[in-house]
Amino acid sequence: MTRRVPWTLLVALTLLVVPFLGSRFYTFVATDIVILALFATSLNLLLGFTGLVTFGHAAYFGIGAYTCALLMKELGVPFLLAWLAGGAMAAFFAAVFGFFCVRLTKIYFAMLTLAFAQIVWAVCFKWNDVTGGEQGLPNVPYPDLEWMDAVPLLADFRVGDKFFFVALVLVACCFAALRRIVDSPFGRILTVIRDNPERAQFIGINVRLYELAAFVVAGFFAGLSGALFGIFNRGVFPDFAYWTKSAEPLIMTLLGGMGHFWGPAVGAAALIILNQQITSYTEYWPFVLGLVLMILLFAFPGGIVGTLAGARWRLRRRPVTLPKPASDPVSRNA
Amino acid sequence: MLELSGLRKSFGGFGAVNGVSLSVERGRIAAVIGPNGAGKSTLFNLITGHLKPTEGRVVLRGEDITGAPPHRICRMGMGRSFQRTNIFPLLTVFENVQAALIAHRGHGRNFWARSARLYREETEELLASLGLLDKADVKAGELSHGNQKQVELGIALAGDPDILLLDEPTAGMSATETRETIALLKRIAEMRGLTLLFTEHDMEVVFSIAERIAVLHQGRIIAEGTPEAVQRDPEVRRVYLGERH
Repeated sequence: MTRRVPWTLLVALTLLVVPFLGSRFYTFVATDIVILALFATSLNLLLGFTGLVTFGHAAYFGIGAYTCALLMKELGVPFLLAWLAGGAMAAFFAAVFGFFCVRLTKIYFAMLTLAFAQIVWAVCFKWNDVTGGEQGLPNVPYPDLEWMDAVPLLADFRVGDKFFFVALVLVACCFAALRRIVDSPFGRILTVIRDNPERAQFIGINVRLYELAAFVVAGFFAGLSGALFGIFNRGVFPDFAYWTKSAEPLIMTLLGGMGHFWGPAVGAAALIILNQQITSYTEYWPFVLGLVLMILLFAFPGGIVGTLAGARWRLRRRPVTLPKPASDPVSRNA
Repeated sequence: MLELSGLRKSFGGFGAVNGVSLSVERGRIAAVIGPNGAGKSTLFNLITGHLKPTEGRVVLRGEDITGAPPHRICRMGMGRSFQRTNIFPLLTVFENVQAALIAHRGHGRNFWARSARLYREETEELLASLGLLDKADVKAGELSHGNQKQVELGIALAGDPDILLLDEPTAGMSATETRETIALLKRIAEMRGLTLLFTEHDMEVVFSIAERIAVLHQGRIIAEGTPEAVQRDPEVRRVYLGERH
């Protein structure tokens, strides 16, 4: 325990180097990964830490994206303010929708989150005057990054590279905040609810209230990632709130391992890189993805991080078997 | 301390609890006994807010708590354990008890502090009093059945209750574990001035610690009094004790 490797710092520093490689493509992939890692990690606050399965997380991603894009494009609001507003708006809607969702449990909860997300999508799709309807909002401006020209080393970068630095720093702050929340007494209560929601009531926990709080926090960070993604994507479209977009962070989280804080981020990286590699060989990416998921669910239910952690655990102390994974996949330990 | 009046619960047409009135004085150790299906667990679920009574009232320290949600009743000083062990299996023993402390102190709203070392001393003290300190870092779900029951007791005690409802605290325990648990319960109840209300199958346990016994039969209390009085009651002998003694 004493000589822990500061993995988080190492990874962040490594990512900082990416634009120096000088490849537009690498920066593009890295930005994609960083932003979606935040999206997936926000979902995991619900899935892995509170034990809530949601099929509608894209709603908050989409709301954050539209809010930030509209503020920047139509009203010329400075980026940082618009970005935070995106998160706040997503959190607000998470509070409203969550108020109803936490009244239900299990599959009913999941279906209601999906229902709300589809409503958000439908509104984005049809409200032509504001959201641009089917056409979406193209040409979302990049934030004003000219100040970077005054910074040595950064001056000569393309705007995409500069935006990557901004996204990386902001996402790193979000990760630090999320980590802090997960490790807090509040986070402990969430894991208690995940483990045994019925019992949690009998130690004096208002389970619905805590679930709602987790829902709002997760919505906030999903909104922040959506806001970044809209700028990165140079446009915001109704797809952002569509149900297939909700599946993305779910797959990432399962792939990386929902029992670990960094699981979803690792899953995001793995999924995006895998997608890039495989689509360059074949057009049957969904087929490959299906296969990967099947192998994962049967052979490595703990995801990439869970499997690695398990292997390390076995190497350290050789006797006995691995702790049995819970029969309920949602309630695996952190 | 606890006052039940005319408590009734029916599921569909079936009356599981049919008008139970009972009062438990502060500091007493009281037992509810009765054959299987007598309505003991239902009664406990009505008292702790798990189920809403069809009729009747539950009064805790003069305050009507009928139909209040479990978390509120818990925060008013009522702890409970379950017949089937009900803990947080994937958390460590330490975390189980610590979480109950966090919840009890209303600290769960704090999302910025560090939880790892929070209430460490108190948690360890409580674990020590239950003889669980050496298992603090074990996942609760991996413990023996008897130890899990102790963890559950620890969770209940962490809420610093005034009254503790235990649904078969020694169910499934070996004879030794049962004896130890009984001694422990007695000691803790005395030390903390706890009011205890428990159900139990094992008559030896009941008669060794209960000061008052209520006999439940088909959702009704057919006798209530000191162990001696209950033992002599002809009705009780007929429907219940007679079958065993």
